Amino acid sequence: MDWQGQKIAEQIMQIMLLAFSVIAFATGYIMSSFQMMILIYAAGVVLATLVTVPNWPFFNRHPLKWLDPSELEKHPKPQPSLNVNSKKKPVKK
Amino acid sequence: MHSYGYRANAVLTFSLTLLAVMCAMASLSDNRNSPSPSAHVQLRSLILNVTSFHRLSLYVVSMAMNISADLQSLFTWNTKQVFVFLAAEYRTPKHSLNQISLWDGIIPSKEHAKFWIHTSNKYRFIDQGSNLRGKEFNLTMHWHVMPKTGKMFADKIVMPGYRLPEEYR
Repeated sequence: MDWQGQKIAEQIMQIMLLAFSVIAFATGYIMSSFQMMILIYAAGVVLATLVTVPNWPFFNRHPLKWLDPSELEKHPKPQPSLNVNSKKKPVKK
Repeated sequence: MHSYGYRANAVLTFSLTLLAVMCAMASLSDNRNSPSPSAHVQLRSLILNVTSFHRLSLYVVSMAMNISADLQSLFTWNTKQVFVFLAAEYRTPKHSLNQISLWDGIIPSKEHAKFWIHTSNKYRFIDQGSNLRGKEFNLTMHWHVMPKTGKMFADKIVMPGYRLPEEYR
């Protein structure tokens, strides 16, 4: 799952759960059935789990673009300079 | 949110938080209900007897009564059951309120909340003393509404004007 996918997954999860809780509460209250509220909400939680937990291809539409390996040849890593020893504090005389 | 475990954890914690909120709202919605229950007790017989207990002579009352009540309005969508009991309440010089439970019952659903029963006292109507003779007493219907989630409600209906007989057997 890429960065964009993670953001979308979290948003989908929160929106789905909120929407299902509101629907479940309203339905349960109108139908005077506590059981109906719990059943609708449980269905919503299962659905949200199925949508957001697996790594669906939908969440991988924005892969990270790494630099091409040839770039490395053009801009080689700076070699450690030869005068490494100069880092040493000059001994005071 | 980068792994299965983190996403599953996020779904679980957020869904349980919302479930707690829903249960709290269900409990709060009970406050919108303004019940109008009714209860009547008709005494069919009220007899004062004397019983002996450890060389003490005590009055004990045996009674038969018709209890009718309509407690349907106590039930809301968040009600699990209603516990109801009938108590005799009277004053004595020593205590301002004496309560003796005479009958109780559990009402499991709204369909059973309108009832009429003919019963004797389920529990002994006895006083720790000799206060009962000729005593004026109230019959009080108490109930406790037990919700599926949240706050429990309790209330009562007082039915005054009953009097125990002066004569005993």
